[in-house]
Amino acid sequence: MKASAQAMALLLAGSMALAACASDEPTGTGTGSGGGGGAATEDLRIGLAYDEGGRGDQSFNDSAYAGASAAADALGADLQELSPNEDASNRAELLTQLAEQGFNPVIAVGFAYDDVIAEVAPQFPDTTFAQVDGSNADGAKGDNVTGLVFAEEEGSFLAGVAAALKSESGHIGFVGGVESPLIEKFEAGYVAGAQAVNPQIRIDRQYISPAGDFSGFSDPARGQIVAQGMYDAGADIIFHAAGGSGTGVFQAALASGNRAIGVDSDQYLTVEPELQPVVMTSMLKRVDNAVEQFINDYAEGNVQGAQDVLSDLSTEGIGLATSGGFIDDIQDDVQQYSQQITDGTITVPTTVE
Amino acid sequence: MSGLARRLGLSLLGPVLAVLVALVISAVVIALIGEDPIEAFRVMVDLGDSPSQQVQSIVVVLNRAVPLFLAGLAVAVAFRMGLFNIGVEGQYRMATILAAAAGAAVALPGPLHVLLVVVVAMVVGAVWAGIVGVLKVTRGVSEVISSIMLNFIALGLASFLLTGPLRGSPPGASIVTTSEIPESGRVPSLNGLLTALGLAAPRSGLYGFLVVAVVVGVVVAVLLQRTRFGFDLRATGLSPSAATASGVDARGMVVKTMLISGGIAGLIGLPDLLGSQYDYGTEFTAGLGFLGIAVALLGRSTPVGIALAALLFAFLDRAALPLQFADIPSSVVTIIQGTIVLAVVIANEIARRLALRSAERAGASAGPGRDAGGDDGAPPPPGPDGGQRVRTGAPGTPEDVQA
Repeated sequence: MKASAQAMALLLAGSMALAACASDEPTGTGTGSGGGGGAATEDLRIGLAYDEGGRGDQSFNDSAYAGASAAADALGADLQELSPNEDASNRAELLTQLAEQGFNPVIAVGFAYDDVIAEVAPQFPDTTFAQVDGSNADGAKGDNVTGLVFAEEEGSFLAGVAAALKSESGHIGFVGGVESPLIEKFEAGYVAGAQAVNPQIRIDRQYISPAGDFSGFSDPARGQIVAQGMYDAGADIIFHAAGGSGTGVFQAALASGNRAIGVDSDQYLTVEPELQPVVMTSMLKRVDNAVEQFINDYAEGNVQGAQDVLSDLSTEGIGLATSGGFIDDIQDDVQQYSQQITDGTITVPTTVE
Repeated sequence: MSGLARRLGLSLLGPVLAVLVALVISAVVIALIGEDPIEAFRVMVDLGDSPSQQVQSIVVVLNRAVPLFLAGLAVAVAFRMGLFNIGVEGQYRMATILAAAAGAAVALPGPLHVLLVVVVAMVVGAVWAGIVGVLKVTRGVSEVISSIMLNFIALGLASFLLTGPLRGSPPGASIVTTSEIPESGRVPSLNGLLTALGLAAPRSGLYGFLVVAVVVGVVVAVLLQRTRFGFDLRATGLSPSAATASGVDARGMVVKTMLISGGIAGLIGLPDLLGSQYDYGTEFTAGLGFLGIAVALLGRSTPVGIALAALLFAFLDRAALPLQFADIPSSVVTIIQGTIVLAVVIANEIARRLALRSAERAGASAGPGRDAGGDDGAPPPPGPDGGQRVRTGAPGTPEDVQA
């Protein structure tokens, strides 16, 4: 019995040692490419570090990529993307590696980088950082960090307005992915918007997974169950802020003959054709535009750092999609509310009371 | 002597086959997605150009390996007893949040403060796992079912505690955390040791908890191999009925084993908690309990094997970054990790059958005079299995996971 453990140990130690030897050889070529990187300081090299889920999540990671690659193409820049490991425990490594290898600017996607970017950015004062969904208005994360933040509550307010205007039963729903301050902004805006139209409206609210358990953003099956429960109880329109779980919400809407509101991107355009009729509208959060704009600003030397760039209704970084034409008849009302938010007549809450 | 050589050969066969098969399959997959396998493997073992980068890479691997090792150990202790503790995930999450809260709530001198956090974590982990053991011996509930269920309860409870009574972060913050553990409750990094050894200083600190992990590993190894308790545990794992017949209190063993397994599980979150995070929050590393199952399988439930398996997993984990810089999808790493575990399970089974067959042949030719397991002092196996560690579940239970 002990022999087997020792044999295993020997074998693995051996393979590790071989691996270590093998690493001597390619170091030369590695230095070569590193040197090339150093010489090419004139070229723009963009680093993009994703949040949990990485590329291909059909959500904000992909949206950030769309913006970054559009900017990179237009500017002829190099774009290096990095996805974290499965449990996203190596976020700090992602940022340091990008900065260390001379990528500039380095863009971190997601509020989860809050602590990490504050730790890494000061170590690389010559690199410009940006964080999607993370505020640095007070400069606490370093002078070289720009926060790309969004007024999700404003768009969600309009989604609530649309839902309340369109609801026939006077009963609507909200499905959040993971109970967290960010998603609560969606909820708060949605509730405020619906109640602005109809103070008596009944709003069911539920989160798929509790704080700390991020499965709620990628679990269509549970999204469907939660939404089905609300439709069964009489809700006829549900707004989801649940990332990948939203597909389940749409399926529940289709199965019960009701409608739903998408989030982040114009989901009427991204869902399967048979789900299109249920996507009444989508709350747009243009991460792509914000990222593209930031890179262009950087290329033109207009990035100051230690401040936030806010995307909201006035900058059209936040909005309500009209694809499918389901809300064309209420556009005037929606525009009115939108105007009142932009000029400050209505202040949208960001937290649920 | 030839018997010993054959045993050694057969026990080597499993891991060798597994690693070879995993490498071949991974190479084929890499080639199929249109990348050069040799280039991919080269990138994976490249630790960096400068000495400080190389030391940093090693520190990253070690820091990742420490929690993986503890997770593997927690799972393995139960494995050896024939118990499948899937609840390690919930055990360490509960342990970490309560330990974080306890560490933040008190002010004690340095070593005592750390000790308190460690004790709280171990006790919480042990209690959470103990529920599983008690349910099994009193109500006959399969530990697989109850430990999975307790995972959900632990996640929900941890979330409630985090967003409710134990919330320490300001109301508007995106990441909800407990209050920070003060300086005296943190474990210093081992970077001083690295520089004293003449190595370049890495960017991030090497977890001081590495030392604790090594100590725990040694203690578990001694406990399993050199004590009456360990003998009872392994005997019960090999054959519950035989162990009971020879006077082992099987029910008591189940509860004790789960307590130990849970106690170790409680430590999993501490390297991160006391070495870099200092609080438990919504972004605290999740899933280590499940990774621990893979690590324990790969390490064949022995402390040394688990240490190597944890290092291998950590090494592969780090390799995901350089792969992406080389424009090779980092999912290659996930594929390799999965193939290795699968291959180990299959190879172990093949090696076991080969060993069984050759032993049967040897037994038949040697006749009744030469009995099973005669040529070294190995603990009595249920049959001559060529040094292969076979762990069978209780008769009739479906949770026989190690092939």
